[in-house]
Amino acid sequence: MRVALFVTCLADAMFPDVGRATVTVLERLGVEVAFPPGQTCCGQMHVNTGYQRQALALVRNHVEAFEPFDHVVAPSGSCVGSVRHQHAMVARNAGDAALAERAQAVAAKTYELSEFLVDVLKREDVGAAYPHRVTYHPTCHSLRMLRVDDKPLRLLRQVRGLDLVELPDAEQCCGFGGTFAVKNADTSTAMLADKMRNVLSTRAEAVCAGDSSCLMHIGGGLSRLRTGVRPVHLAEILASDS
Amino acid sequence: MTQTFLGMPHAPAGVGHLHGDRPFPAAARDALADTQLRRNLGHATATIRAKRAAVVGELEDWEDLRRAGEALKAYTMANLDELLLQLETAVTARGGIVHWARDATEANQIVVDLVRATGTDEVVKVKSMATAEIGLNEALADAGIAAVETDLAELIVQLGHDLPSHILVPAIHRNRAEIREIFLREMPDADPSLTDEPRQLAMAARAHLRAKFLSAKVAISGANFGIAETGTITVVESEGNGRMCLTLPDTLITVMGIEKVVPTWTDLEVFLQLLPRSSTGERMNPYTSTWSGVTPGDGPQTFHLVLVDNGRTAVLADPAGRSALHCIRCSACLNVCPVYERAGGHAYGSVYPGPIGAVLTPQLTGAATSLPYASSLCGACFDACPVRIDIPSMLVHLRSTQPHPVIERASFGAVAWTMGSARRFRFGEQLLRLGRLIARRGRIRRLPPPLSAWTDARDLPAPPAQTFRDWWAAR
Repeated sequence: MRVALFVTCLADAMFPDVGRATVTVLERLGVEVAFPPGQTCCGQMHVNTGYQRQALALVRNHVEAFEPFDHVVAPSGSCVGSVRHQHAMVARNAGDAALAERAQAVAAKTYELSEFLVDVLKREDVGAAYPHRVTYHPTCHSLRMLRVDDKPLRLLRQVRGLDLVELPDAEQCCGFGGTFAVKNADTSTAMLADKMRNVLSTRAEAVCAGDSSCLMHIGGGLSRLRTGVRPVHLAEILASDS
Repeated sequence: MTQTFLGMPHAPAGVGHLHGDRPFPAAARDALADTQLRRNLGHATATIRAKRAAVVGELEDWEDLRRAGEALKAYTMANLDELLLQLETAVTARGGIVHWARDATEANQIVVDLVRATGTDEVVKVKSMATAEIGLNEALADAGIAAVETDLAELIVQLGHDLPSHILVPAIHRNRAEIREIFLREMPDADPSLTDEPRQLAMAARAHLRAKFLSAKVAISGANFGIAETGTITVVESEGNGRMCLTLPDTLITVMGIEKVVPTWTDLEVFLQLLPRSSTGERMNPYTSTWSGVTPGDGPQTFHLVLVDNGRTAVLADPAGRSALHCIRCSACLNVCPVYERAGGHAYGSVYPGPIGAVLTPQLTGAATSLPYASSLCGACFDACPVRIDIPSMLVHLRSTQPHPVIERASFGAVAWTMGSARRFRFGEQLLRLGRLIARRGRIRRLPPPLSAWTDARDLPAPPAQTFRDWWAAR
């Protein structure tokens, strides 16, 4: 099975470990991973900040990069949400019906990592071991745009040595929201404070999520307060075998 | 004569309570520092969330009900012109008098004239979003007419010379001690030994209001639903004070936004299941009043229905925004919104706060506003909405219609250009690596504005020595 990795611009530039971990997990399960070098960014930040017109070139670039593949996998619920729910709309609003159709076709074969592992590969035990106390934050877009439901938790429950503790008010947003974190920094910080309080109440060593962006936000707060709790991406746990 | 069509008119500026005068981020900053407000909001929203979840969970066909509500509203908006005329015909046939108001100014004038014609200088009011939207109380006061709010929470807000902060629980920002102080200060008949015990407070309000109900000649209400088929107006409430207003006075004036029309009596069945469960978290609200025109010898003998546009037709003109008019004012979206829960209703500067306010207010007013950005797009509002209004998508749409700051627009243009090709993107990634120079122990703790808004409260990891794509190429 030949699968294209859509690493996302954030993981590519800032969190390459997440990309490497995704490759490790997929290859361990016998998947042949390709990295289409033409890929850049899905354009969600532009669309969500009100720059739909400027996002059009990014949508076109994304479609051209991933069109040739049978499956596309990304370690991000948010970026897959954008591909699935925004790309065709951006093309349509720009009057490009042909691109909208192509974007729809790419979206139909694009999966968030936990979806791909559970729904396509039918695997919950990916052979991982991670002997740590971990709590899981379900990111808003994976939960409410993609409806990944408990797939990440089913994967985590099969990880050897992992002590999974439930996060109180888990489904509340961490306050990231892309440019929201800067445009409404005070409200965003208030949301982050409650998320951190809940994370700390679990006495976990690490907080896990399926999106590098939300982890950058939660982890940024945890680091600033020297809490000693680290952010870890779902892919990194699933890639770990010691 | 030639005329240029400039689009449907929006709600006029300077009338009513749609336009806030402060940007959301600044107003929210003050609210976030109010520890009492934070505690009240956190407690109240969590309580209502839990109640709602419990009663919604009882219904196996909840999703079907939501879809039915959505479909009924979509049908209503597509046939609004005909349904409103049908409503007018039905109300008139049953002895009511229908008035049409283009905007808040016209609606206020109509109501003021109607009240003046009765010769009274005091009216009782049922809690109503529409009359708050158009600023009716102020218009009445200017005309020398006192309007007495009879919903307990609205009364607290009114006596406190305050503004409502929640659609359903307008005084959510007040605690018992504050309410006691307000009552002692503003109610001439209040017992000085009044404590802040909830029952005592309620009884004080009851004594105060009973006197008003028995003396009032005119009542003013809003409407939850107006049935086109039968001309029946419906008001749902919890306290029964609304029922007093709707039945005791000689004259009843109902102010209704034109989007509140419902095609048939049968359709009410769907909404009366959706609304209380979403709103108060009850299977059924305690008081549901319905009336059709005038019944001789029973209840008000004069009934006026004032239909208000005030920007609604302008909202209807936008296919990507019009479903904001589907809102049945249940406030479920407020109670699940993490932004509302922390910033509270006043930060929105409008009678319509929370997620629905962030999409409704900008569309009704047509004004440039920071409201569409007052959301992290977490999507909780869409899931909770009983008529499935896709608020997050609408927020994204409205953001694209707002004017953008010059520097921001230039930056986003530059980033889009950089990311338009992998070659340029890779070059951008190399530039980003310069961030390693300002990092200490792998963390960036301070950045210049506007990114200081991030580093004020959060660290940023240092960019890695090697990007993923470079690692892949070297693999």
